Amino acid sequence: MPESPVLKVSDLKVTFATRQGPLRAVDGLSFEVAPKEVVGIVGESGSGKSVSMYSMLGLVRDANVTITGSVEFQGREILGLSDKEMQPIRGGEIGMIFQDPMTALTPVYTVGWQIVEQLRTHTTMTKAQARERAIELLSEVGIPDPRKRIDHYPHEFSGGMRQRVVIAMALSCNPKLLIADEPTTALDVTTQAQILDLMVKLQDSYNSSIVIITHDMGVIAEMAHRVVVMYAGRPAEVGPEIDVVRNPRHPYTWGLLGAVPRIESRNDRLATIPGNAVSPLDIPEGCAFADRCEYRMDICTKRPQLKGANDHLDACWLSDEQRVAIRTKASS
Amino acid sequence: MLSFTLRRVLSAVLVLLAISVAVFLIFFATPGVDPAARIAGRSASPATLEHVRAAFGLDRPIFIRYWLMMDHLFIKRDLTSYVNVGLKVVPQVLKAAPVTLALVSGAAVIWLVTGIFGGIVAAANRGKFIDPLVMFVGIAAVSVPAYWLGEVVNLITQSRLHSSLFAWVPSAGYIPFTQNPWQWALHLLFPWLTLAALYAGIYARVLRAELVNAMNEDYVRTARAKGLSERRILIKHALRCSLVSIVSLFGLDFGALIGGAALLTEVVFGLQGVGMLTYTSLQNLDLPVIMACVMYGSFFVVLANAVVDILYAFLDPRVRVA
Repeated sequence: MPESPVLKVSDLKVTFATRQGPLRAVDGLSFEVAPKEVVGIVGESGSGKSVSMYSMLGLVRDANVTITGSVEFQGREILGLSDKEMQPIRGGEIGMIFQDPMTALTPVYTVGWQIVEQLRTHTTMTKAQARERAIELLSEVGIPDPRKRIDHYPHEFSGGMRQRVVIAMALSCNPKLLIADEPTTALDVTTQAQILDLMVKLQDSYNSSIVIITHDMGVIAEMAHRVVVMYAGRPAEVGPEIDVVRNPRHPYTWGLLGAVPRIESRNDRLATIPGNAVSPLDIPEGCAFADRCEYRMDICTKRPQLKGANDHLDACWLSDEQRVAIRTKASS
Repeated sequence: MLSFTLRRVLSAVLVLLAISVAVFLIFFATPGVDPAARIAGRSASPATLEHVRAAFGLDRPIFIRYWLMMDHLFIKRDLTSYVNVGLKVVPQVLKAAPVTLALVSGAAVIWLVTGIFGGIVAAANRGKFIDPLVMFVGIAAVSVPAYWLGEVVNLITQSRLHSSLFAWVPSAGYIPFTQNPWQWALHLLFPWLTLAALYAGIYARVLRAELVNAMNEDYVRTARAKGLSERRILIKHALRCSLVSIVSLFGLDFGALIGGAALLTEVVFGLQGVGMLTYTSLQNLDLPVIMACVMYGSFFVVLANAVVDILYAFLDPRVRVA
């Protein structure tokens, strides 16, 4: 009997009213996050990954936005809650890590001040207790000499160290769920690996669930238990990490993985996905990926629904036989 | 922080020195400007001119004259006017300075409070009715010239409604604070409001723009994700970062106004301040007074700038190391 999910998103739709007409940033996203599970959301820039997370937490402040669907956090509907009702959840029960650590911290306060601020918002700690806890947190995320570093300003830290501070802050109130929005994108490669290791380690000791947003399949392979592949605001493929990475089913996932996956022989050339990501202003009626898809068929003008077996779903009209044929051809 | 302050003060002194040289050269070494001809009056004979030159020390080498002027201005403090011969310059400036200081400081308090308050209210109510309303009042205050506003205020309070609503308004002029603090404030009330209107408008508009920008910054998104209240985000995070630009704006405005830029308000309300003194000395080409006024004015501008830089470093930790 599986535990009840920490987060259950059903049919989330985010639409911005613009002068050029409605901009559908997220179009029917559904997924669940079980306790202690790491769910990866992958997609190109503009595929609606970040917007879906921000809209869940009410962090999309645009007056022209319409958000529909349902987001249940620990069994409670949180979509449409007022700012006041959301405040204890934000930062208290759902921690957030952002893409660019260089700008995510307020430049005029010491990192300690900012962590203490969050602790004091959500707990009844005294100043001194909060400060001790902040030092502990900084040491946990691997910042050397935390007792001294706590009084330093964000600009006195390197990018990787700042991201550690942001992680410490996100974890400060023991959140049930951690949302990481491209936590390694702005960092250099060696730092990326360190931050991912840190997140895996902390996830273990804090028992949080994690939703990690990325465009990097490597990050997914490193961390995620389950994967949601998004294209143009719609889920293209959903499944356990091992299945999606080893046995991808959607042509878009094939593209994301760098090449059409081969069954046996080597293929030296890296394939790219032809064309550009579709504009969210005119997503086609049918399959959103159809215009860029090599295997387009007549039926692709109709929108495919997520379907599949064993928890591994995809939204594509290709039949199993066709997929095998394509992959065999690609590997020959 | 201390070494930063020391360095900043030292550079301020150097700037003042450079200004004194530049101003001196402009008035005493510009070709075609002969101070002796000014002092001697129209169609003076060459002999008289010679006499005047010798009497005022204008025949000595230029750097000696610069030194003498600085000596009389700052060390002996007995520099005398060329126009009203025998009238000492330094006491004149010292007499005018408190008037200007009182006018500008009082106005500064008013415009800072109303400007910052207006900016916050407008930014916090963006998209609602109150935001464009505050901004409209702001632009109106900016657009009205101080001398016109001052005259209208005078017309209403001193003449049209003086017998009814504004009977409590004293006639124009200045009463020293030490003499009667209540009358001091009463005499300065309308000059303060008049001078403050323009700056309050500017500050409210600038601060609103800064706040709106700041509220779109990533760190505000982080603050929201931390679960802070909107009010705390606006005041503790966005306002704190936006204050930097308000402080630098304030330093420049305050320095310039103390230095004599409040001239129009001073004239309209009959306040014998530094602006007025500078204005009359320029009309008479009274070089020692001009020199003293410019040095006095630039002292405050430079001082204000130094204070702003030091405050800046206090407000924004990133500046300290640089």
